[in-house]
Amino acid sequence: MVRDPAMARVERNLHPGAWWLWALGLATAATRTFNPLLLGLILAVAGYVVGARRSSAPWARSYVVFLKLGLVVLTIRLVFQVVLGVPQGDTLLFTLPQVALPDWAAGISLGGPVTLESVAAAFADGLRLATILACVGAANALANPKRLLASLPAALYEVGVAVVVGLSFAPSLITSVQRIRAARRLRGRPDRGLRSVLSVAMPVVEDALDRSLALAAAMDSRGYGRRADVPARVRRATGVLSLTGLLGVSVGIYGLLDAESPAALGLPVLAFGLTAAAVGLRLAGRRTARTRYRPDRWSPPEVATVASGVVAAACVLVGGILDPSGLQPSFVPLTWPSLPWLPTAGLLVALLPAWLTPPPAPLAPFAPAPDRTDRTDRRETGPDRRPVEVDA
Amino acid sequence: MIRFEQMGVTYAGADRPALQGVDLEIPEGELCLVVGRTGSGKSTLLGTVNGLVPHFTGGTLHGRVVVAGRDTREHAPRDLADVVGVVGQDPQSGFVTDVVEDELAYGMESLGLPGDVMRRRVEETLDLLGLAELRARPLEQLSGGQRQRVAIGSVLTAHPQVLVLDEPTSALDPPAAEEVLAALQRLVHDLGVTVLLAEHRLERVVQYADRVIHVPGDGRALQVGDPAEVLLTTPVAPPVVELGRIAGWDPLPLSVRDARRSAGDLRQRLAGLHRPPRRVFEPDAEVVAVADNLSVRLGPVLALRDVDLEVTAGEVVAVMGRNGAGKSTLLRSLVGLHRPLRGQIRVGGADPAALKPRDLVRRVGLVPQEPADLLYAESVADECAQADIDAGVPAGACRTLLERLVPSLDDTRHPRDLSEGQRLGLVLALVLVGQPPLLLLDEPTRGLDYRAKERLAMVLGELAAEGTAIVLATHDVELAAEVATRTVVIADGEVVADGPTDEVVVGSPAFSPQVAKVLAPAVWLTPNEVADALAVLP
Repeated sequence: MVRDPAMARVERNLHPGAWWLWALGLATAATRTFNPLLLGLILAVAGYVVGARRSSAPWARSYVVFLKLGLVVLTIRLVFQVVLGVPQGDTLLFTLPQVALPDWAAGISLGGPVTLESVAAAFADGLRLATILACVGAANALANPKRLLASLPAALYEVGVAVVVGLSFAPSLITSVQRIRAARRLRGRPDRGLRSVLSVAMPVVEDALDRSLALAAAMDSRGYGRRADVPARVRRATGVLSLTGLLGVSVGIYGLLDAESPAALGLPVLAFGLTAAAVGLRLAGRRTARTRYRPDRWSPPEVATVASGVVAAACVLVGGILDPSGLQPSFVPLTWPSLPWLPTAGLLVALLPAWLTPPPAPLAPFAPAPDRTDRTDRRETGPDRRPVEVDA
Repeated sequence: MIRFEQMGVTYAGADRPALQGVDLEIPEGELCLVVGRTGSGKSTLLGTVNGLVPHFTGGTLHGRVVVAGRDTREHAPRDLADVVGVVGQDPQSGFVTDVVEDELAYGMESLGLPGDVMRRRVEETLDLLGLAELRARPLEQLSGGQRQRVAIGSVLTAHPQVLVLDEPTSALDPPAAEEVLAALQRLVHDLGVTVLLAEHRLERVVQYADRVIHVPGDGRALQVGDPAEVLLTTPVAPPVVELGRIAGWDPLPLSVRDARRSAGDLRQRLAGLHRPPRRVFEPDAEVVAVADNLSVRLGPVLALRDVDLEVTAGEVVAVMGRNGAGKSTLLRSLVGLHRPLRGQIRVGGADPAALKPRDLVRRVGLVPQEPADLLYAESVADECAQADIDAGVPAGACRTLLERLVPSLDDTRHPRDLSEGQRLGLVLALVLVGQPPLLLLDEPTRGLDYRAKERLAMVLGELAAEGTAIVLATHDVELAAEVATRTVVIADGEVVADGPTDEVVVGSPAFSPQVAKVLAPAVWLTPNEVADALAVLP
């Protein structure tokens, strides 16, 4: 791949879909391996690209949030293994006091010996989950998930908005909690500890509900859910095509997966179903009159980004077929994991977007705009008693 | 353009209609101002224009509302989106996207406008409302005034024929409000947009209005007419109109300019008179709070920079400055909600951030911008009882205090159902029950009508006379003129002016009250002062 400096220097935001597909590639790679070295490499690759290409927008901070979440998952996994896990291998680390459980809980052991092998296996398992989370975090940090919506087919757009508004409920809940806990302090009540969090639950839910209603009213008055006039004929065709499509897809998948059914029931029916569904979706899109403001476009950097993600996933998949032990190191007996060359090379390819993509478009600086500063200066001046705007 | 025919609204469960018998026609290109006390039905009237009442809120609509030939009974709000643009009270809660530019385009996308039209209109609107440098900014990083302008811009892009605004300037500093109103006026004059506007801060908007609709709120018919005529008798009136009533001018002046033209005579009558004495700064009073070389960082922003402030007992300090200047940060720092980056804060000799909440409420009370944040209980009585326990005072103390602030408030009412003024009174009672020597109020007049504001000014005056130090962050120059003994102006986190209200407020046009502008160069700040001085004339 040849880097074209002229292309790279024009700052713009990459198509969010490209970042999500790239992250999906990395996440797929992560699901295929327990090798801590490869998982660490995925974390490093995602982290480096995020560091190089994220903007200064608030959602760009989510990589760290997801990393912390991953750490929590990893810790929980380890604690469960130590307390509840059945030990494998025989390198004893320490022994916890064992709790005798009643008969109906036979099969669950609480406490007891803890071995290095089982802890290592649990660590690798937890790390894999944390890595997948980090990949999602990277996608979130690199591309505003709401921008993805703009790329949905028109017929699905409104469902998408509903989902996203629903998702944004969570962050707004957090701000409500912070605000209302601060308010508790002003009323002279403890503002630390679990009880203080629980006691704000009711006001927080009320607050969030109020805000949702206000948002719904605003969206309604701004034309969300407007329907274009479509002839009844087209509406009927849409329904028929969508249903046929769904049926076709179901039957087709069944035909593909079930070895006994005739070959004609497989691919051909699936293809027919998909086509019908696509046409149905397209017709349904005619009912919504939406257009898009500055739609994101696919150009070479997007293709390169997606390609690098696909290459990473493919290399790990192929590497797993060629050399299963490289991806699934043995924990009993415990061996030091190796770094298989093909998956490693593939994952390094996923690092390329850090250079191949344009830098993100900058947000405006925080400094006040010139005309406003200007006004400060003037406000201090002389005896002119008219409002400043009059002579401005 | 908008026609109300025998329109009435009754909400479900209400024992009397919120509005009834409204017969009104608003022609194209008119800027119509809706005035009335809080809870009088102004918002309901505005809501009927695009069908949010009753399609969204529920309730029963009698009669008809026809907008640009479309009956709201047959058209849902979304089907009226291309003719009516609505900006609600809280702009933040209506945002759908994350970024300024996308937000401006959202309405047009819903209407299905072609891409090049959208691109052009977004640019025009960015310029019209002075948002160009904010285009790529996330909405959550904007200040209050910027948010309000984005909210207005986001409905303007759809080029509606009717624009409905519910208190568009009440959260804005005076310059930002002027900017928004100037933009609105341009829309009315250049594009013939019909504007229906509800606002409590009449002093800002009444001069732009073609007609005023007064909603009395007690079941009587609406008063509609020429601003000067309607305001002659309404209980809500801006200071310049009050001054006109006191001086007996006819027609009533609506703007400072009109008033100055008729004021020559009044200025002469007042020339030999002395202003009634204002409470002044007492240098030997006890120091209640000190901010010493205080800097506070909020995320990437240095919100306060080397601020020195001393507040003494019995003082009323108005902190003014544009949106985002650091007023709220200063107040929040004084109760320990922000930790200083540098410098220190002492409230009653202690660092507020290190105090336990229970000790904090005995030294300082803050009424936040959203007073409702402090309310959790199901009824007024519960709220008061809880406050007594929190502050460790004998039971009933809070209720007694509340009786003084808001007489005869029903104990069983839910705090959320109270009017803005009653709610503020309740929160004040909750905060004051610990008898803190320092009271902080953040933007207390937002959503208050003139009556409630007068009452607040009276209460604050009494508290100050009893020795409570009061700091209020406000955009409301009239309130500052009424109660503040001292005014501090903050810009970009720095104190740019600090001195007696008379000097600071009169010296800076953006922060001077209407009466001062009318009677300059003599220093008179409020209509009451003028009335009192004239009353002692033989």
